[in-house]
Amino acid sequence: MTTAYPITDHIFDVVVVGAGGAGLRATVGCAQAGLRTACISKVFPTRSHTVAAQGGIAASLGNMSTDDWRFHMYDTVKGSDWLGDQDAIEYLVRNAPAAVYELEHWGVPFSRTEEGKIYQRPFGGMTTDFGKGIAQRTCAAADRTGHAILHTLYGQALRNKTEFFIEYFAIDLIMSEDGRCMGVVCLKMDDGTIHRFQAAQTILATGGYGRAYFSATSAHTCTGDGNAMVLRAGLPLQDMEFVQFHPTGIYGAGCLITEGSRGEGGYLTNARGERFMERYAPIAKDLASRDVVSRSMTIEIREGRGVGRDADHIHLHLEHLGPAVIHERLPGIAETARIFAGVDVTREPIPVLPTVHYNMGGIPTNVNGEVVTMRHGQHDVVVPGLMAVGEAACVSVHGANRLGSNSLLDLVVFGRAAAQHCANSVKPNSPHKPLPKGAGDEAVARLDRIRHANGSRRSAEIRLEMQKIMQSDAAVFRTGQSLKEGCERLEKTFQSFSDVNVSDRGLIWNTDLVETLELDNLLLQAVATVHSAHNRTESRGAHAREDFPERNDQQWMKHSLCWVDGQGQVTLDYRPVHLNTLTSDVEPVPPKARTY
Amino acid sequence: MAEFTLPENSRYQDVAGQHFKAVGAKRVRTVVIYRFDPHSDQKPRLDRYDIDLDQCGPMVLDALLKIKNEIDPTLTFRRSCREGICGSCAMNIDGVNTLACTRELNDSTKDLGIFPLPHMPVVKDLVTDLTQFYAQYAAIKPWLQTVSPPPSDRERLQSKEDQEKVDRPSACILCACCSTSCPSYWWNSDRYLGPAALMAAYRWVVDSRDEATGERLDQLDDAFRLYRCHTIMNCTEACPKDLNPAKAIAELKKMMVERQC
Repeated sequence: MTTAYPITDHIFDVVVVGAGGAGLRATVGCAQAGLRTACISKVFPTRSHTVAAQGGIAASLGNMSTDDWRFHMYDTVKGSDWLGDQDAIEYLVRNAPAAVYELEHWGVPFSRTEEGKIYQRPFGGMTTDFGKGIAQRTCAAADRTGHAILHTLYGQALRNKTEFFIEYFAIDLIMSEDGRCMGVVCLKMDDGTIHRFQAAQTILATGGYGRAYFSATSAHTCTGDGNAMVLRAGLPLQDMEFVQFHPTGIYGAGCLITEGSRGEGGYLTNARGERFMERYAPIAKDLASRDVVSRSMTIEIREGRGVGRDADHIHLHLEHLGPAVIHERLPGIAETARIFAGVDVTREPIPVLPTVHYNMGGIPTNVNGEVVTMRHGQHDVVVPGLMAVGEAACVSVHGANRLGSNSLLDLVVFGRAAAQHCANSVKPNSPHKPLPKGAGDEAVARLDRIRHANGSRRSAEIRLEMQKIMQSDAAVFRTGQSLKEGCERLEKTFQSFSDVNVSDRGLIWNTDLVETLELDNLLLQAVATVHSAHNRTESRGAHAREDFPERNDQQWMKHSLCWVDGQGQVTLDYRPVHLNTLTSDVEPVPPKARTY
Repeated sequence: MAEFTLPENSRYQDVAGQHFKAVGAKRVRTVVIYRFDPHSDQKPRLDRYDIDLDQCGPMVLDALLKIKNEIDPTLTFRRSCREGICGSCAMNIDGVNTLACTRELNDSTKDLGIFPLPHMPVVKDLVTDLTQFYAQYAAIKPWLQTVSPPPSDRERLQSKEDQEKVDRPSACILCACCSTSCPSYWWNSDRYLGPAALMAAYRWVVDSRDEATGERLDQLDDAFRLYRCHTIMNCTEACPKDLNPAKAIAELKKMMVERQC
């Protein structure tokens, strides 16, 4: 039997969904601008997955080598395989130094150079002089930079007296008939009550959906809830075929080993003990960008040169760095390798494997963080009242492949940009239109249906099936055949969700229910991913099609847009890539072959 | 010694729990888990789950996930990163507070007891109410306080030696293992800040960039907030990140004395 759910209404100027790096930075900015701001999160803020970012945050400070934001821009455009929007990339890299200084001024405990400046380390794809030298651009707090930034941002949010709604699970957006976002409907997890948040701007900062895959560095909570809410609101997601595999997830456990370990001098070897990256990327070697390294490792394993009993992984060596460097720069890695691989990194290599790590795709936005969609052939139509930042968003600064340490940067630069946009466009305490009649009813009905779902398949069983399909059919290398199978198999899994079973009927901390709502969200995004990937008949960045091994700029230098309806039916369309820069201070980077 | 008994509604011996057996398993470890259903009037109980170690990952969290996914989806606990950095899955395992994700589930034949963090209000199963713990953290003002403006277009300088002082204390993940292992905190958690909040305070006190040392120490200079620490050292023993809150507290006490000299 269904029980009625008590509903509480809240009115704010801005509501931020998600309390990771992007969500907290946006929240702090809005609060500082005098806007009444709520920050809603399904986990306590310092548990958000930003906390797990290790290596650092990129900015051309030039503390360790000469640097220029133009070099950073070139690297990011090249890293994106020319799918990134160059105006957005210019915005990102030009604002990077100020963003990092701001974090330092707020107290982030960055590692230091001898002169007392912020320590910077080399990272994959980060170069000087437009690819000629190796840049030291990635600002680091040992190997827990994300932790340092997230805890600092949480402190700033406390300082600015943010109203937090912690352990509230966002179910769906509230959309008006004319397509404006009016807020969000949430489930308060500790008592099962429903809360409707109304706001002039709703900012989604809900992160990626790594858990659509079987093996991911992502946390259990990375289920892309905002992305799915956007799909359910009838809006598209962009570039969902681009899923980054991090070269060095621990074999088996999938835990992340930072690229900073190679930045500090670590290297990969195959079963012959050969430093094989020299063959694939003669200049950058182990510091080529992630898509290139992951593909190289996969080829080595496939051609029988993997290490271990089953020749199915690769070795990452840090032994030669010496205990002092490891202790000072990579203490967390040493701990993680010891716990999850049983390895003493000062003596033996770490067994690693490319592992799902980041979603370049997400909710399409402009540089202000405003969500855009396509309507009547117009492709940059702003969705009023709705914004997105961080991994959930696709601005797009990462294009087809993100460079390591550009993600933390993305969070704070666009978190700040979104707050500035709110400060400029929202008047504090301005009156709100009344919510449409029955706003959120559909969301509550869905929640209630799932809570009482009495089918034959446990949500964990459906989830595992989806994860295995994604892992095998939308992997580092894809073919038309594997993706077609992926679409078909996933269709069956998607449909089987109508037969899901939830056994916890309670309202207080019902994680069986929440995990099933998250599965519902993941399924939509998995469908968007395989269909977008099947559709794109070229290879670009992280999307490597064996049947179409070349990049095809003429036909495919465009963003994919993907709509998925409630029945799992997919509609695809495209948006042009912005090849123009934001200002005349820099020339666009013209497309060319991408080698490292 | 004083005698301590649990409040009536916390006694778990009174209700018989369920035993979920593993069929056909060769290597089995029995996990005994504290269960509390807030919807029922029943007292808490202990449920027993036989884990087939050949079909389970190596960590205690893997066992909990296996139970939730395959045996009993109603089992409730917090988890997120599964690599010891988010601090969600802190609980009492085998008598010690630690993270389920980094604690190995070895093949000992002994039952493995899993309980919520001690002396915290239980919301459901292994989920405790951490509201007060978070409020204590907020109370120490965990942000950089300065009077002098920062340089406009560069970072504040900090020597490597000064950075070293904040490096370890700032690595706390707020899992609450330390505070909830402290008898003094159990007794006086309404007024004693506890090791996690105190180490956070220490982290800002020793930060060479922070200019509110005096105010921060003033705020701690209280018979309860700081001085209910009796150097029991359970905090340092419990910390799953190998941090040393006991030392941070001792340093704070030393500073209190030194500033009176």
